[in-house]
Amino acid sequence: MTWGVVFFPGSNCDRDCVHVLRSVLGQRVEEVWHEDRSLDGIDALVLPGGFSYGDYLRSGAIAATAPVMPAVREIAARGAPVLGICNGFQILTEAGLLPGTLLRNASLQFRCHPAWVRVETDQTPFTAGLRPGEVLAMPVAHGEGAYFAPGDQIAALEAAGRVVFRYCDARGRVTPAANPNGSVAGIAGVAGIAPNVVGLMPHPERASEALLGSTDGRRVFECAVAALVGAR
Amino acid sequence: MRSFRVVIMPKPGVLDAPGQAVERGLDALGYRVEQVRMGKVIELVLPDGADVQEMCSRFLANPLVETWTVEEISLEAAR
Repeated sequence: MTWGVVFFPGSNCDRDCVHVLRSVLGQRVEEVWHEDRSLDGIDALVLPGGFSYGDYLRSGAIAATAPVMPAVREIAARGAPVLGICNGFQILTEAGLLPGTLLRNASLQFRCHPAWVRVETDQTPFTAGLRPGEVLAMPVAHGEGAYFAPGDQIAALEAAGRVVFRYCDARGRVTPAANPNGSVAGIAGVAGIAPNVVGLMPHPERASEALLGSTDGRRVFECAVAALVGAR
Repeated sequence: MRSFRVVIMPKPGVLDAPGQAVERGLDALGYRVEQVRMGKVIELVLPDGADVQEMCSRFLANPLVETWTVEEISLEAAR
């Protein structure tokens, strides 16, 4: 099984993701350049955080036009687990692979601190094996993370069980105080029409070793590893 | 060739954080301000027949949260 991590110009969590997958989880990882046009041999893909293309126009908008993106659509369409973290989430929404968009934080501040999310569904490869209602500690680090979609789209996402993570406090309560950015309904992560594509603003790769204060993020990757092994 | 100026604005009701930040700045300088909304301006020089509206809806603006207007401008103004 081989993971791919896409490097865009301006990505800055790319090596962190490679490190966690390769050194912590012992996975085979290929570093994919944004100009690569093929993802042959890649079984699961991470679009990492950062500021791809300087976040010009809108966060993720330019990256969504990168040469690698047709191949990303292709492996997403054939069911490979695809995870967008932070800027990777923004890229997936701009590419139309995930619904909604991420707006400037309501506080107007860049928020960079520990946070908690509640697992809302176990029906994605990144949460299969987690228990809905379970609380994961993973830091956030973003200026544009306020999840937004029109009311009818939010209702449809909720009804379809496509809200994957919601900001909460350490005890799992979804409150305005636990919402770091003004996201609608505290939404921290969503799934695509097919649940193999997931995006979230918090950083699981920064919560994958005890040294960093939490290993909860590792479980997100471990779920996908187990899902891939199970699918063989 | 023709040139266009595209003005992109946040939809009413969508959180316009940059507009709010500018409003606070003006307020801090002592100006009385009722409302500030902040968008972007993009000028394009395009071959005849180019579909500006499609460029806006696919890429230049995000139709979920933004509206846009397109105005033709003189080629000189765009250079």
